[in-house]
Amino acid sequence: MAQGPGGSRNFAKIGAAIVAVVLLAVGAWYVFVGKDQLGPEMVFHRGNGAEPETLDIHKMTGVTEQNIAQDLYEGLTAFAANGDVIPGAAESWTVSDDGLIYDFKLRADGKWSNGDAVSAADFVFGIRRCLDPNTASDYAYLLYPIKGAAAFNGGEATDPASVGVEALDDLTVRITLEAPTPYFTQMLIFPPAYPLHRASFEQHGDEFTKPGNLIGNGAFTLAEWVPQDRIKLVKNPNYHDAANVQLDTVYMYPTEDLAAELNRFRAGELDATYDAPSDQIPWIEENLAAEFHNTPYLGVYYYAFNMTVDPFKDNLKLRQALAYAIDRETLTSKITLGGELPAYNWVPPGVSNYTAQATDWADLTQDQRNEMAKQLYAEAGYSADNPLQLEILYNTSDNHKKIAIAVAGMWQQVLGIQATLRNEEWKVYLESRDQKQFQVVRAGWIGDYNDANTFLDINLSDVGDINTSGYANADYDAAVKGAASESDMTKRRDLLEAAERQFNADLPAIPIYHYSSQHLVLTYVVGWEDNILDYHPERWISVQR
Amino acid sequence: MLLYTIKRLLGAIPTLFVIIAISFFMIRMAPGGPFSKERVVAPEILENLNRVYHLDEPLIDQFVRYLGGILQGDFGPSFKYKDFSVTELIWTGFPVSLQLGGAAIILSTVLGIAFGVIAALRQNSRTDVAVMATAMVGIAIPNFVMAPLLTLVLGVYLRWLPVAGWGDGGLRQAFLPVVALALPQIAYVARLTRGSMIEVLRSNYVRTARAKGLPERLTILRHALKGALLPVVSYLGPATAAVITGSVVIEQIFSIPGIGRYFVQGAINRDYTLVMGTVIFYGVLIILANLVVDLIYGVLDPKVRYD
Repeated sequence: MAQGPGGSRNFAKIGAAIVAVVLLAVGAWYVFVGKDQLGPEMVFHRGNGAEPETLDIHKMTGVTEQNIAQDLYEGLTAFAANGDVIPGAAESWTVSDDGLIYDFKLRADGKWSNGDAVSAADFVFGIRRCLDPNTASDYAYLLYPIKGAAAFNGGEATDPASVGVEALDDLTVRITLEAPTPYFTQMLIFPPAYPLHRASFEQHGDEFTKPGNLIGNGAFTLAEWVPQDRIKLVKNPNYHDAANVQLDTVYMYPTEDLAAELNRFRAGELDATYDAPSDQIPWIEENLAAEFHNTPYLGVYYYAFNMTVDPFKDNLKLRQALAYAIDRETLTSKITLGGELPAYNWVPPGVSNYTAQATDWADLTQDQRNEMAKQLYAEAGYSADNPLQLEILYNTSDNHKKIAIAVAGMWQQVLGIQATLRNEEWKVYLESRDQKQFQVVRAGWIGDYNDANTFLDINLSDVGDINTSGYANADYDAAVKGAASESDMTKRRDLLEAAERQFNADLPAIPIYHYSSQHLVLTYVVGWEDNILDYHPERWISVQR
Repeated sequence: MLLYTIKRLLGAIPTLFVIIAISFFMIRMAPGGPFSKERVVAPEILENLNRVYHLDEPLIDQFVRYLGGILQGDFGPSFKYKDFSVTELIWTGFPVSLQLGGAAIILSTVLGIAFGVIAALRQNSRTDVAVMATAMVGIAIPNFVMAPLLTLVLGVYLRWLPVAGWGDGGLRQAFLPVVALALPQIAYVARLTRGSMIEVLRSNYVRTARAKGLPERLTILRHALKGALLPVVSYLGPATAAVITGSVVIEQIFSIPGIGRYFVQGAINRDYTLVMGTVIFYGVLIILANLVVDLIYGVLDPKVRYD
């Protein structure tokens, strides 16, 4: 090249200098500014799954939102650290003999975060707004046990006073029910039943959930909300139990990507995670055993048959054959890995006032079950020359895919069934599922509250699409509906148990496993108690570094 | 030039209308809706939701309603993030995406040009080979591979940098995502600069400058570089588009509250208004970026005239 060597070297030096300056600046910044400052206050960093859809207590439905709402508000009842139902904004209550009328006595020292007194009218206002059709609350159905609630929400009644909730005086809330509902005090812990601070709500309108506007009666207040990044809560000095709340600040982060959440936990950015990635669980058990919390959870993972069309409609033997031929031990110990419990019946263990109804085939060995399956399959009219061809529908996800492949393999191996897999993107899958465009579909159900009813009433013949399989059995319906209006607790329990036995025998859906919840929690976090509903209010938590 | 700018902006209006119309009807054709969930919503509740969000009206009425809203700067409420309007979400996300994308563009231009010039001046030397080999690797490794690698090494093992989140967008928080986003662009820019620099160094006007006895530093900075940068400048338009689409991935990986995340989540959740809002916003951004690039080009290249 026809250039002076000195010149090109000079220019190269300039280029190199630019690079060096950029790198130095980053390094210097890190050394001087980057170190985290540890404050004297007690801070808790928690992975919270997703970005909350809303902080409007009447529009929220998910666990993510509930985790925040139960820090900001308090219902008439509340969760203890271990998941027990304890008095919340109400210090006590009485129930009429027929189980229909509840009188709640509010705490005299109950205050909103701005210092106003919490009154019975605030609860009436909250519940009426939740049920108002114009609020368009997804979760309003949780209040349907209240007299007149379903009619008002559905638009058949237009007078809000027709709903069975009233303020007898400033500190007494009376709620009248349609039918005795033994789990009703538990439902009051959830956002649809929270009180609403009327003045701030009316002043701010749609903006009432924004930091600075939101007035709650919970242990914390909303200090900051940066969508998709963080929610910051600070201790509410006006809370009635503020003396026992130890955390000063709580940060909740959206952590949808479980691998990234695990990284953040390992990097020390999170004190507790929302979940754990299942493909990492063997590694976690080996390396983070002390931090790993794995607890039975109120949910069932199942494969539903389409009971509205052939070949499964009216073909019990075929359904039994398919149910028996799945080796659940292998699925949970080799594939899901999260401590899930193999399920041979519908209702998960650990539901209060209830004994899950074990099936007789649960105690057999898998070889014995396979033999029964083969025989039933033959009796149902299928053979090696005339194999059943079916399609399994699931939504796109590694876990569902692995399970579907394994189940298809087991059916092929034991029975010679030719199963194909169809995966669909989440919303497409929901549409196919709800329109019953499937033969076998994977699905899951997480209980709304700790009572067998939440697992049984979804299979009634008249509840619509929520009944995944399209199951319809008059005896089953009679038992579940009978239980709903039964005030004798022993009889109620007998009816629910009979309903489950009927369901287990009919097998419109194959239970595969009962869920477990998984979290990573640093060992110096105190007050995080494992419980079947998997709620961990910050009120009970402290960080003892 | 003003006239040209106005013409270009007016020409963008039909383009935008087509973008809006196509994406509006496409997202509505996707199965499922914003309110379909794991637990089926009861029919009376679904009816309430559809009525409140006007989803019970004929599609064409909804389209007209939507267009009317846009003309008044109202992109509607988000169906999923119910406490925010789409406009609010875009305005909270945009500064973050701008910081991220802007930093990545600046970093890739500065470093890319520097590396490219160094390589060109030392053509066929070891430095050249080393720079170009690194650049090839940078182009070849997609950022959804690069980002987790950087995170694992610098965040999880060494604990030097945060692995996710944005905080207040400080340098420490921004470092990994910006680098992950910029790396492939640095590589592109370096290769472009090197190629055109080599060509320019052989051209007559550089030979003339040298023959006049101009110092080498001035020859390169004042004469050669200006010519060599033309292809780089014209690459800035596509680079902006690449950074925008790249940030969709990077924001997801690093949990950064930018617009890219809303775009992805809007589509997954069938959050019709949010998808539309981000599509329109991206459309405007890319149209403007290309216009700016063309204008800069006019300044740098005397052969290009816009009036």
